[in-house]
Amino acid sequence: MLTIIPQFIIGATGLAAAFLFMYGLKRMSSPVTAPSGIMVAGVGMLVAVLASFLYAFDISASAKPHLLVNIGLAIVALVVGGGVAWWSGKKVAMTSMPQMVAIYNGMGGGAAGAIAAVELFGNKADGVTQLAVTLVGALIGAVSLSGSLIAWAKLDGVIKKPLRIRGQQAFNGLVAMVTLGVGGYIVFVTRSGAIPLIPMPDEIYLFFGCALAFGVLMTLPIGGADMPVVISIYNAFTGLAVGLEGFVLQNPALMIAGMVVGAAGMLLTLLMAKAMNRSVSNILFTNFGVATKHKHGDIKGSLKPVEAGDAGIFMRYAASVIIVPGYGLAVAQGQQKLYEFVKLLQAAGVSVKFAVHPVAGRMPGQMDVLLAEAGVPYDLIFQLEDINDEFASTDVALVIGANDVVNPAARTDKSSPIFGMPILNADKAKKVYVVKRGQGKGYAGIVNALFYGDNCDMVYGDAAAVLTKMIEAVRALGTKAAA
Amino acid sequence: MQFSIAISGFVALYIFMLAAFAGWVIIGHVPAILHTPLMSGSNFVHGIVVVGGIFVLLNASTVLEQGIGFFAVLLGAGNAAGGFAVTYRMLAMFQPSEHKPAHAKHGHHKASHSGKA
Repeated sequence: MLTIIPQFIIGATGLAAAFLFMYGLKRMSSPVTAPSGIMVAGVGMLVAVLASFLYAFDISASAKPHLLVNIGLAIVALVVGGGVAWWSGKKVAMTSMPQMVAIYNGMGGGAAGAIAAVELFGNKADGVTQLAVTLVGALIGAVSLSGSLIAWAKLDGVIKKPLRIRGQQAFNGLVAMVTLGVGGYIVFVTRSGAIPLIPMPDEIYLFFGCALAFGVLMTLPIGGADMPVVISIYNAFTGLAVGLEGFVLQNPALMIAGMVVGAAGMLLTLLMAKAMNRSVSNILFTNFGVATKHKHGDIKGSLKPVEAGDAGIFMRYAASVIIVPGYGLAVAQGQQKLYEFVKLLQAAGVSVKFAVHPVAGRMPGQMDVLLAEAGVPYDLIFQLEDINDEFASTDVALVIGANDVVNPAARTDKSSPIFGMPILNADKAKKVYVVKRGQGKGYAGIVNALFYGDNCDMVYGDAAAVLTKMIEAVRALGTKAAA
Repeated sequence: MQFSIAISGFVALYIFMLAAFAGWVIIGHVPAILHTPLMSGSNFVHGIVVVGGIFVLLNASTVLEQGIGFFAVLLGAGNAAGGFAVTYRMLAMFQPSEHKPAHAKHGHHKASHSGKA
């Protein structure tokens, strides 16, 4: 009886957690139900974690003398790890969200790797399958841990430049082969009872060392702008590692949760790569931005600078405005000012919508979060496919801090590196204003024909400063009219 | 009655296959506007690894196992708690327009979405 009841409770809560996770993720498919979705998933997590202490009734004989110490350690680890992460999660700025997600993800990968390490050091896996699955999970978890930490360092600006050396791909391939070789050796030679070349615990150290090194080496050469895709891949990796260790521990809740995330992460990665017009292997294994010595077709027209105030007043008298925000807006911390300006326009009877490109920001959907943080209602925010046809019938397109995602070369110029990338058709609006810091090129280093178009005027300056001037100009207009 | 769970080869593959399909289908329905919270939300879900960490820590019988097990629980708890905190914060920010019948508008939006799929 003493083991059956805890086993039943653990099984039932695991089942409940798996259901609540999937139901919670399902509720995330609309902004209306999404907050309750994460709450539902949170309840599942809480119940499963509390129930997992019932494992204490059913532990191996050798662990019995240490049980009280182990329970104490578990509680301390939960409180410290959970507390620190909770506090940092409450505090982090929305613009730093991508690196925060990278850290949490690395922690999950590290936990999966650590579970595998205990199984390996304790020689607990029985059978070739279990041992092999443990090792594969360990490899993926360790790569996810060290890779996520490098991704964090890059997004946070600790590592500023991608590190690229000659023969890097070959060297990385070699490290991967050695890792797999050591893993294979552990499964097929050491286990068969033959005396291994390297004694048992050292083999495992070597295996983890190689796996961690591979995660670092694989991530270092990837440029900062591609990091969102990398985080998404590592998110899928951690899910996979958790699922595999779930099999080793014979815990279906871990298997299901891990594999759901693994598949979801893969789908998200593919969607992002598609929005960037790149393949996943292209992002991981080529050094983007090095070989783009692109001959620009002859661009006619000139850049026409205008005053921010004049642009603001023009929009005040327009019937419809679509705003295309890019990461430059977030860099200038101009979201609040932007929404203030939008409210002024709305009060004057202008129809205002936001058009968000899938890869605006440093993470897919990050621009949506930043706009929501500034108070922009989600029903004003439209995605590319839902709004692209509306530009042609719109008076003004206001492009702020975005560049490549509105470059018409993606539609027309077959020799352009961004040819084929889905873009927002801002150039089709009757009038286009582009707010930009200076005359520099976008991340892809391509000249943007939109800026030279007859219908386009440039407003130079910091996005927040430009918006402040626009607000002042429109306000001054209002007081004049009243007087 | 027997409640201990034993999952062998093919049963594991069935579970993995169905879970992968479920993940693919559920996530496919999330609109792009929610992709960041979705990523951190799925990040939170694999924080369930903390349960595995607790299992190995409770079964630890050497100092090395206790040390690594502690590390597993520490990291897993961080993954779960941090993932939840940031996801909830982000989702709470998404608000509809105050003066419009936002629900009706949203319903229309959704209908046009599913019509395409």
